[in-house]
Amino acid sequence: MKKLLVHMKGYKKQCVLAPLFKMLEACFELFIPLVVASIVDVGIKNNDTPYIVKCCLIMVALGAIGLTCTLFAQYFSAYAAVGFVSSIKHGLFKHISSLSYTEIDTLGTSTLITRMTSDINQVQSGVNLTLRLFMRSPVIVFGAMIMAFIVDVNASLVFVVAIPLLAVVVFGIILSTIPLYKKVQGKLDRVLNTSRENLSGVRVIRAFGLEESEKSKFHAQTEELNKAQVFVGKISAIMNPATYAIVNISISILIWRGAIQVNYGNLTQGQVIALYNYMSQILIELIKLANLIVTITKAVACANRIEGVLEVQPSQKSGSLTSGENNAYTVEFKKASLRYKNSPECTLEDISFTAMPGESIGIIGGTGSGKSSLINMIGRFYDCYEGQVLVEGNDVCDYDLEYLREQIGIVPQKAVLFKGTIRDNLKWGNKQATDTEILSAIDAAQATDVLNSKSEGLDFVIEEGGKNLSGGQRQRFTIARALVKKPKILILDDSCSALDYATDARLRHAIKNIDFNPTTFIVSQRTSSIMHCDKIIVLDDGKIVGMGKHEELLKSCLVYSEIYESQFKEEER
Amino acid sequence: MKKNSIQFSSVKRILRYIKRYSFLLVISILLSLVTVGLTLYIPIVIGDAIDLIVGKEQVALDKILTLLLNVGIISVIIALLQWIMNTINNKITFSITRDVRNEAFDKLEKLPLKYIDSHAYGEIVSRMISDVDQLAEGLLMGFTQFFTGVSTIVGTLVFMLTLSPVITVVVVALTPLSLIVASFISKRTYSLFKVQSEARAKQTAIIGENLGNLKVVKAFSHEDESLEEFDKSNEQLKKASVKAIFFSSLVNPTTRFVNALVYAGVALVGAMVVMGNFGTAISIGALSCFLSYANQYAKPFNEISGVVTELQNSLACATRVFQLIDEETELPDDENALVLTNAQGEVTLSNVEFSYTPEKELIKNLNLAVEKGQRIAIVGPTGCGKTTLINLLMRFYDVNSGAISVDGEDIRNITRHSLRKNYGMVLQDTWLMGGTVKENIALGKPDATDEEIIKAAKAAHAHSFIKRLPQGYDTVISEELGGLSQGQKQLLCISRIMLSPPPMLILDEATSSIDTRTELKIQNAFALLMKGRTSFIVAHRLSTIKEADIILVMNNGNIVEQGNHQELLLKRGFYYNLYNSQFENNEEH
Repeated sequence: MKKLLVHMKGYKKQCVLAPLFKMLEACFELFIPLVVASIVDVGIKNNDTPYIVKCCLIMVALGAIGLTCTLFAQYFSAYAAVGFVSSIKHGLFKHISSLSYTEIDTLGTSTLITRMTSDINQVQSGVNLTLRLFMRSPVIVFGAMIMAFIVDVNASLVFVVAIPLLAVVVFGIILSTIPLYKKVQGKLDRVLNTSRENLSGVRVIRAFGLEESEKSKFHAQTEELNKAQVFVGKISAIMNPATYAIVNISISILIWRGAIQVNYGNLTQGQVIALYNYMSQILIELIKLANLIVTITKAVACANRIEGVLEVQPSQKSGSLTSGENNAYTVEFKKASLRYKNSPECTLEDISFTAMPGESIGIIGGTGSGKSSLINMIGRFYDCYEGQVLVEGNDVCDYDLEYLREQIGIVPQKAVLFKGTIRDNLKWGNKQATDTEILSAIDAAQATDVLNSKSEGLDFVIEEGGKNLSGGQRQRFTIARALVKKPKILILDDSCSALDYATDARLRHAIKNIDFNPTTFIVSQRTSSIMHCDKIIVLDDGKIVGMGKHEELLKSCLVYSEIYESQFKEEER
Repeated sequence: MKKNSIQFSSVKRILRYIKRYSFLLVISILLSLVTVGLTLYIPIVIGDAIDLIVGKEQVALDKILTLLLNVGIISVIIALLQWIMNTINNKITFSITRDVRNEAFDKLEKLPLKYIDSHAYGEIVSRMISDVDQLAEGLLMGFTQFFTGVSTIVGTLVFMLTLSPVITVVVVALTPLSLIVASFISKRTYSLFKVQSEARAKQTAIIGENLGNLKVVKAFSHEDESLEEFDKSNEQLKKASVKAIFFSSLVNPTTRFVNALVYAGVALVGAMVVMGNFGTAISIGALSCFLSYANQYAKPFNEISGVVTELQNSLACATRVFQLIDEETELPDDENALVLTNAQGEVTLSNVEFSYTPEKELIKNLNLAVEKGQRIAIVGPTGCGKTTLINLLMRFYDVNSGAISVDGEDIRNITRHSLRKNYGMVLQDTWLMGGTVKENIALGKPDATDEEIIKAAKAAHAHSFIKRLPQGYDTVISEELGGLSQGQKQLLCISRIMLSPPPMLILDEATSSIDTRTELKIQNAFALLMKGRTSFIVAHRLSTIKEADIILVMNNGNIVEQGNHQELLLKRGFYYNLYNSQFENNEEH
């Protein structure tokens, strides 16, 4: 909790004031039964109408003061809860952005998004309710008991038994149903999954004629859900009747004991009514308190999950170097291997190669051979397990991370663009880029025709997730985004898959002749995309099984020639 | 007006579901009447007891004891009855939701593909899950609070009137105040909530974009700018939230204040009545009884207004579910429909016309005669309608005019089930069922032995990766869990048809996600499989296409050319260009 409570700092005052005001309100409420008692005992007894009017006015005044107090309390708690949570959100967002790829992989982006959205909302309502009610309910419960004791100790002993008994029933039922409700949710999730499965797999299900068996599966699941729901319903339905019975029996005993005291002359009729009213107040508050506890347990669970994310430390420490050696390979791998966290085996093993300034390196291999892993090591998105990766003569770990990544323009496999204009998106590569620079990058990326088809030009607004562009169009803009950066190292991670052969060829031609002459890495499954590279690295199952030029590899590397054959066999004949 | 009639018919439908449980419902209503009556009776008994406590030496202890014993016994009875009532209500509600869900699901299995393809899955699922849940909630609240609420109001009124009409007037006149205040505030807060949810939606979008693509953000060192953008949205949301939360939290305290007013009013007038200022005097016990009524009287009103909104909401949800249940089903199989067993594999399409929407013509006048064991390749640019043809062959869609026949029999005269069983289908969109690897492979033949399954997996070159899964063939896969690459999923789908190959095959880019080396190996297995089996293949690799007996060249939904490789090349048409563009491209490198 510590990491989260820090964010309360700016709201200390509100966090104290909100419950305080709430407490005041509760105190005023506690006076009401006493006022009623004096109406009965004094006003009615003496037939004193002005006294009764006065008493009623006091009640109204107490209500009004209470209302004012609550208004303050509600404002302070809303202010504190929202402020607290938005401060956490800022911290969490910043923290998540600082994580490295390894942590992002282990945590999963969808988890991170849930933490940032629904979990944090739960925390907000939890904090808000806590500030409002956590003081009020106990004050009423125990206050009512204390007031009762002030009225009459003897009769009030009932409270000492009734309150714990009520608490046991209320909390016992609520707490015991929490896991049961979770079970119900689990069963509902299964019903949901089956429905979804039957939609997404409708063709397969019908092709295999599985409709009837799916129906009976679903019916069994809803039946199970029904049973679980009815069962938990039976238990939670005990609460209201049981508390009701306890309170009424307590009231009976209370009145009985009160009656005896009145008979002795220790107590008045009005005071018995007051005791009766205190007992009624307690019940309502206990139920509120129990519900509050449920909300709080949920919020605490969410808070713990959020804290779990905050506790994850980025596994990479940035180095300090902000310049490379001049006469060195642009990229050099020295017996580098990569092992992902929680994975029993190395994804890459014993990788050694060099890349000179301006050289183009093709990387080819089957699915899961480690192509993307390899290029991710250049920008130090993952660290070596063994060996070393050097960029411009220095170990990548020695570089300032931001500097290192400034040297690299990467076009990821998944063509992702962000909401905003084309210009905004391309400026990701370089904040200072001029329109001319942007246009020339677009031209090299073969996206000029796409740009021209939009009347707004660079101001064309890309929708969230790039929905208003086709896959191929998105891919070309992501390439342009990397080119705007004018990086020393350009990495195309299978980023031409949505382009047709001709565009692909033009693109490669354009990159080859680009003025800043980057060292280019091209990852592909297509031989045609990489066969003209200065150096081709053939990966199979995480190991380099061949390196060299196209013609050499055709002769020397079986894997390469097999890949080539599978794609070109027919056409070559 | 129209909306009302739809709602009305939804109500009638719900009642029809309830009717199955009418016995339980009657008991529930009776129980609610009894409990309400007894609940309201208790303050009166307590009031009587208080009246007997007059002062020193003036307390009729034995009478009080009897009264209080009654209170104890009655409240235990009330508690028991209440519990039974709640349990019955739960039972009714959850049984109805189960019935509605089952009916909706049964519908799902009979819906035409046309409906499923044109609706977002999430939307249909949300009708079946959250809408039904909402319906349940409304029903439950309706049962538990509506009847009880109404009978409490009526009962209280009756009891109060018998005790003292004057105080009753005070209570009845003042309580609506709290309702008015509550609705006033919630109307104001509605717009604030709207602002809040808009701000929240904006922020959620930013979170989704930036955290969802965090790797890209990091690759471009864009963290600071993203945070800046996020902070802006955060500030907006903060402002909106404070307002919305504060104003909405005013409802409870203000209604509490109004209740305090009512309470004070009852105390004042009540005291006067006790003193005999307004005709017949009442006892102090009766006054205390009034005070407890006044405390509770506003509650059912608030509850009922809550129930009404809840009911309206759940009625809207019910209407959505019913719309789904009312969707037109696929034309049922004819009673005399043939059951196709072991088809020979002669497929004829004559004068087939088809379009998804009347406005947009798609397939026109398509004729095709496929002999047993022939291989038909369907080629063309993406989005040209290759999948449409498969939809027609499998009878996921029916032709608009013309006919498709298998072994000389119009497929509309064959049961869908048996027709589809005769096709083995592997689609580009791999679909795995939640379950083990083994179960997924044995989808079409649940009684397959382990040896058969392994043999099929080996044929599909899936064995080696399955072996390496944590629990081998018993590894549980779920659609969301992932863990399998697209290519591996495709291999599993291929294993399915390898297990028990039907007489005809449909392969829709079945190997698109598999790397070319593995694909080459699978192609050999496919070649073996296709021997003697009529097969339709959507393919992008020329090698597969060239070996086909008939090539259908599609463009913009139409079949533009038809023939074998040589014939089509000689035609120098669309196929010729398509072929050459790929060929040239490859040659260039």
